[in-house]
Amino acid sequence: MPAKLILRDKTYEVPHGITIKQALKKLDISAEEVIPTREGELVTEDTRLKDGDVIRLVDVISGG
Amino acid sequence: MRCRKCGKPAVINMRHHKLALCKEHFLEWIVEQTERFIRKYRMFTHDDKVLVAVSGGKDSLGLWDVLWRLGYQADGLYIDLGIDGGFGYSNQSKELTVAFAEERGLKLHIVDVAASYGATIPEMARLTHRGKGKPCSVCGLVKRHEMNRIARDFGYSVLATGHNLDDEAAVLFGNTLTWATGYLVRQGPVLEAAPGLARKVKPFFRFYERETAAYALLRGIKYIYDECPFSVGAKSIYYKKLLNRLEADRPGAKLQFYLGFLRAKEEGLFAQRAEEVVETLHTCPVCGQPTSAPGKCAFCRLVERVEEAKRRRELSDASP
Repeated sequence: MPAKLILRDKTYEVPHGITIKQALKKLDISAEEVIPTREGELVTEDTRLKDGDVIRLVDVISGG
Repeated sequence: MRCRKCGKPAVINMRHHKLALCKEHFLEWIVEQTERFIRKYRMFTHDDKVLVAVSGGKDSLGLWDVLWRLGYQADGLYIDLGIDGGFGYSNQSKELTVAFAEERGLKLHIVDVAASYGATIPEMARLTHRGKGKPCSVCGLVKRHEMNRIARDFGYSVLATGHNLDDEAAVLFGNTLTWATGYLVRQGPVLEAAPGLARKVKPFFRFYERETAAYALLRGIKYIYDECPFSVGAKSIYYKKLLNRLEADRPGAKLQFYLGFLRAKEEGLFAQRAEEVVETLHTCPVCGQPTSAPGKCAFCRLVERVEEAKRRRELSDASP
């Protein structure tokens, strides 16, 4: 089962076994602009994605 | 990745500091660093009455939380802009700010723009035809004026805002692209008081936006996650994204860019321009706040135009 990355209203599927950093790169999402969380806890980008993992990405950029 | 201080699993890795920390040590680090910046840049002391401008966002609520933990006399100011955007943006952010203040027993001033000046920010922009469909310039003008007014009227010695490094670097980047020396002169973490103008400080100015967001999340601060509906396509966000591309390849680039600018200013870059800017300030005859040209300030002229436009509208509505 792939892992899921959720950013706002978008859900992306990525293969498990890779790190969050690799997944972000694959999806062209800047690691500088999101904070990955798993089950409500913050995790670092070197975390390896497990089968069925759901990672919510908190968008940190604000402005206007 | 492990916390450098205790070896527990890290929750954040700050590549620009080569520092990974666990929840407990990150929260501690933010509070300690804020205190260090306040002292290093001589922002204020425990004797000062601080007014914190709060929007309901992660940065300003995070800053207020830290100042409260550090024992500063810090009250809040929320400006209700009357922005809806289809999801009650201002209402939601006000509710979150009020709840935050109540949970901590903190004093919060609320300015309702529509109740005070007869129109919300989007209405003001529409009535005065300012901003090409976007009320951002009106919003900035009103917020600056009101923050200064409340600080002066209630005797606060300093006004603190939650600007982070990404905010500051994006503004600097924009001003450097156009060599806007008049703005570059005034940019910095501490803006000294001038006649009619409150002292302004930005205690979070050395934290990356990721760090202020992580602080709010880890502290359990409920902040408004949705962006202001008018910020879509904002230049500042575009600049932040450009700078983040640089940061991804060169960790620390944003911090270096901003701190390098502050050093250059200290060494006298723009010194002559700074004298010119101070010399050309005038006092608005209506509100008493400083203005760059003789006569009424931009805020008072805006309010006047709003009132005129409303009168005209009422007359045309009343005519058969």
